[in-house]
Amino acid sequence: MNISAKEWFKSGSPWVWLNAGAVAISIIMVIGLLGLIAVRGLSHFWPADIVQGTYTIDGQSKKVIGEIVETHEVLTEQLIEAGIKIPDDNEFSIRHLLKIGNRDVNGTDFTWALEHYFEDQTRPVMLFTAERREWGNLYGYLRSLKESGKEISHYDGYEQSPEYMAMWDELDKRVERALRIHEDILKIEKHEIGSINYELERLRLKERGLQLKHVEDPAAYEAINQRRKQLDADYEGLQQRLLDLYTEINRDSLTAEVAGGQIVEVQLAKIVRIFRPNAMGIGQKMVHYAEKLWEFVSDEPREANTEGGIFPAIFGTVMMVLLMSLLVTPFGVIAAVYLREYAKQGFITRLIRIAVNNLAGVPSIVYGVFGLGFFVYFLGGNIDDLFFQAAKPAPTFGTPGLMWASLTLALLTVPVVIVATEEGLSRIPRAVREGSLALGATKFETLMKVVLPMASPAMMTGVILAIARAAGEVAPLMLVGVVKLAPSLPLDGNYPFIHLDQKFMHLGFHIYDVGFQSPNVEAARPLVYATALLLVLVIALLNMSAIAIRNHLREKYKALEM
Amino acid sequence: MNIENSSVIPDLDFDSPAARRGRKFRALKDKVATVGIGLGGVSVIIAILLIFFYLLYEVIPMFRAAEAQPWQQNGQVVEPYAVPGKGKTLYMAMEEQAEIGLRVTDRGEMLFFSTTSGEVIESIQAALPADTSITSFALVSENSHTFALGLSNGQALVFKHEYKSTYPDGKRVILPTITYPLGKDPISVANVALAQLTVSGNEGSYALIGGNEGNLKAVFISQTENMFTGDVELEQSTTSLPDLGIKIKKMLLMPDLAWLFVAGEGGKMAVVSLRNHDDPTITQVLNASSSKITTFDLLLGGNAILLGNEKGEVSEWFLVRDEQGSWQMTKIRSFDTGTSPVVDLAIEHRRKGFATIDTAGDLRLYNTTANVNVLVQRVADANASMITMAPRANALLIEENGKLKLWHIDNEHPEVSWSSLWGKVWYEGYDKPEYVWQSSAANNDFEPKFSLMPLAFGTLKAAFYAMILATPLAICGAIYTAYFMVPSLRRKVKPFIELMEALPTVILGFLAGLWLAPFMEENLPGIFVTLLMLPLSILAFAFLWAQMPKQIRWLVPDGWDALLLIPVIILATWFSIAISPSLELALFDGNMRHWLTNDLGIAYDQRNAMVIGIAMGFAVIPTIFSITEDAIFAVPKHLSYGSLALGATPWQTLTRVVMPTASPGIFSAVMIGMGRAVGETMIVLMATGNTPIMDANIFEGMRTLAANIAVEMPESEVGSTHFRILFLAAFVLFMFTFVVNTMAEVIRQRLRNKYGSL
Repeated sequence: MNISAKEWFKSGSPWVWLNAGAVAISIIMVIGLLGLIAVRGLSHFWPADIVQGTYTIDGQSKKVIGEIVETHEVLTEQLIEAGIKIPDDNEFSIRHLLKIGNRDVNGTDFTWALEHYFEDQTRPVMLFTAERREWGNLYGYLRSLKESGKEISHYDGYEQSPEYMAMWDELDKRVERALRIHEDILKIEKHEIGSINYELERLRLKERGLQLKHVEDPAAYEAINQRRKQLDADYEGLQQRLLDLYTEINRDSLTAEVAGGQIVEVQLAKIVRIFRPNAMGIGQKMVHYAEKLWEFVSDEPREANTEGGIFPAIFGTVMMVLLMSLLVTPFGVIAAVYLREYAKQGFITRLIRIAVNNLAGVPSIVYGVFGLGFFVYFLGGNIDDLFFQAAKPAPTFGTPGLMWASLTLALLTVPVVIVATEEGLSRIPRAVREGSLALGATKFETLMKVVLPMASPAMMTGVILAIARAAGEVAPLMLVGVVKLAPSLPLDGNYPFIHLDQKFMHLGFHIYDVGFQSPNVEAARPLVYATALLLVLVIALLNMSAIAIRNHLREKYKALEM
Repeated sequence: MNIENSSVIPDLDFDSPAARRGRKFRALKDKVATVGIGLGGVSVIIAILLIFFYLLYEVIPMFRAAEAQPWQQNGQVVEPYAVPGKGKTLYMAMEEQAEIGLRVTDRGEMLFFSTTSGEVIESIQAALPADTSITSFALVSENSHTFALGLSNGQALVFKHEYKSTYPDGKRVILPTITYPLGKDPISVANVALAQLTVSGNEGSYALIGGNEGNLKAVFISQTENMFTGDVELEQSTTSLPDLGIKIKKMLLMPDLAWLFVAGEGGKMAVVSLRNHDDPTITQVLNASSSKITTFDLLLGGNAILLGNEKGEVSEWFLVRDEQGSWQMTKIRSFDTGTSPVVDLAIEHRRKGFATIDTAGDLRLYNTTANVNVLVQRVADANASMITMAPRANALLIEENGKLKLWHIDNEHPEVSWSSLWGKVWYEGYDKPEYVWQSSAANNDFEPKFSLMPLAFGTLKAAFYAMILATPLAICGAIYTAYFMVPSLRRKVKPFIELMEALPTVILGFLAGLWLAPFMEENLPGIFVTLLMLPLSILAFAFLWAQMPKQIRWLVPDGWDALLLIPVIILATWFSIAISPSLELALFDGNMRHWLTNDLGIAYDQRNAMVIGIAMGFAVIPTIFSITEDAIFAVPKHLSYGSLALGATPWQTLTRVVMPTASPGIFSAVMIGMGRAVGETMIVLMATGNTPIMDANIFEGMRTLAANIAVEMPESEVGSTHFRILFLAAFVLFMFTFVVNTMAEVIRQRLRNKYGSL
């Protein structure tokens, strides 16, 4: 014994250790949390093997095909209590969560399966997964290919064979063709028809505006009607092309045998991707993984946001944050400069400083309420009355939208910028200012040419922190402009190109919405983790750069003070 | 550089016109900038302060008193006009826009008239059978527009007044009509003159009760539509009511046709159960009023009775289920009134409110839920006999001395009072006064329950559990980081933990709701074991470490202990979770949740306060940690060096010297952390069930003020009471955090000044 317990306690070192423990726990919590999000978010894109087996319960057996998503150890007793018949020779039972897909056949995507009853587990290489635009994944054996309803090839076995492979390759080619056509259709529907509709709507507003102004001149209306006719004709043309494309894309279909033995026919037009995970090597899987990851960040969501990508949410977040920083930087800096350089330093200034400081601690939802009441209903309502009479009663700015969201968040983050800039200004030695003034520069010149450049890293820090805060804030956005699914991006090719009155999607809200309001939470969960990971990465990056800038700044002025 | 060359004095003229212009321009620029920056700065600060004033601006209208003024038409006050038609008024009503009034007279005339001029628009005579007269009147409810006339031959007629708006030439024209929900033929109720009559019901089933004392008959009518002909067929059944033993003044039937309330002479009230249609029974006869009952009406929804008497008192009554499960007519509240006898009482059509007029001519407006009298105003001389409320409660028609006068009422938010927001209120259908938040429901005659107490309680509950976890962890961590940790490690650890603060709370909330909550439910015993195991394992490891030979101990220099502990903590946690199922099997019969619910009677929600405690604690830790760490680190080193030099151990130095000096800073850290926990929205929104209950149970959820705003704000109607109450909630949050943060900030500044002098 080196030291007795009594002495050890007297020395106080147990308490020191407990304090050390608190730090350790905090660190573990942070790392654990980040790790959890990373592992769950990233594993989603890995093509999981498809397992086939026979599930026998209550004397009935059925074939089950699916991916094993989760595996749990459960107390056997709890299962028995829940009314599941299982021999209680083992204290614990293993239970899998299987993604069986085929929602059109089964009604659900997921099922629980007890290991005890799940027999003959195999991973046949012939099983394939088809990611579809609706009804979720399809798992099964490819049975035939059809063109215009006529079968062009067929295969019935469960073993791999050259014929099967030939059919598979053919399918691959045809899926690719369908995807190309789909892209064309999308282009016409979204962009070309979209912009025609947009212009038609603008014409309608213009006409209504003329009516409101009591313009009687028939020439004005005639011009509008001319243009409208032309647009209608364009629209007809596009509609025809679309019809052709639709017949093209609906040409091919496949049939597949699913777990229950049924034959399911799927139009290739409905397929996003087909692959046979059990036959893939590690290299192929990595390629697949990269493709999925790219799809995630660059594509639009599918199936009520539970599949596909999150590009509109990324775009919306970036747009909103950019607009916000455009607003917050000048105002924050001016307020800080005023408080530090121009205002008389006294009791009032101190009071204002405390107030501004504390506004950073006011709950964000309060800003949301303010934004909704003041910006949306009050300002927006008045703007509509003044400038958008034609569109009434539909509100233009009198409804939540991108501009109000940016303004609200600018207000929310302005204290951050003010505080950071002020700190930067206060760090600049008096001597520097006085030197500049002594050389004959005016106060404004000193400010612009000496003080502000020196304080710019601090301003940067402030703006970056503001951006980081704004990017993660969700509660106020729920009131002032965010939606679960925006039909179009706030920036596009239609005049005036940037649509400040539009609602937008946001990463943080996407997490909330998909995770909690989605009809199929289980299927959406991995996507939510991936979205969360992306958000964390963005925000951590922003914060780390702010910290780096801050440290750099400190180093710089250390030298100055000498 | 050559000195000779530069010694030549250059020919510089600092006073050339160009230089002077330049200087002037620069001076101007400077001045403009000063003004500009001043303006900009002040306006940004004003914009920030605007939040406060705007919230207040939205809240204040709720607390404004109601107003009544004579109605103005095109800027002209509408003068009283003679009552249209002849005879005594039995009933008056107004349509939605308060443009057309209806007057039903005791001669069976139904007159539609303009409320501003008294001009008769249409007059309809009820088709009374020959040689009969009208003996009684009964109203189903104001918003059903249905009423009945009792006749001297024992029959009754049921009418409904309806209005249709048309827009010929872009101008609104309202066409009034009378319809007959039970057909045009009189319905036989009793074989005596209907001295008393009451009617109630809705589409499909009605009941009429009428007669005189000792001879009351109830007729239940159900309408069925003939599938082939489309004709409405009436099915009637008649029952005799038992003798009530009191002299009847007025009868009221509840809309569900199950209860009859009878006001009698001498302030008596009788309650008759009609739940069994064939066997009506008297359940209660009570002394409801100390003087003569003058008005007796059903409140909106038909569940509560308003009783006014000769002393001017008005009280609300409804049926309350007692401990034995039987319904008892109970006096719920009495209203603040004058002393003159109440003459008439008008019920609001959309809210739980009413207006009274007394013999002194005083008009009073009330809301029952809030128990407030929002207006007292003398509107008539002593002879006012009847008042009628418009459906939107924006107009009032008063009959006095054979004249009618139209009043404009401005009464937007009567539902709000101190007691309805923060006190216990006895709502309709409840057994006792309670704190309830329930802002909306599907039906129109719903009583909104705007008690902020459950929300405030939920907010504090969530903050409390979060602080329980966060405070010790953050403060202990900060102590170690600031005082014991080696500087090189500190420089890494501090920003790392501060990074947590930037973590979007939506992520924490989503993890708490979708991962932590199910995980905790599954490993409930393990969670509690972890709480116990963590300190124990740390202490055990530390003690063992102290026993190690010096050679090993010196491998890890002082201040790196935290890193040593990481594997220990991970192991301890893993162990606790791993033994969780076995523990559950051994101690709780395999299911701790069941055990909690069944054996201890503690309700368990999956998304509960414990989940919130951990998730929100996680969000609060960095805030408290960062400020505490700064406060401790800022304690001048010479203080601790002095203490150490005098022979104190590091721990003694910390607790006796450093901590007392830093304590104001730590206090302010806790305050700011608390402010953050109170206002946090996303975590509570996602990781609680959002049920506004008042229960401190750690295994149940809550609804906080912030989450409530997020949930209900998008759906509330702009300008409504609900909307403004949500603003009030935001204002409360704003003020709370602002005051707490200001206090903390002031304390921190004091502390800074103190250190400055050391």
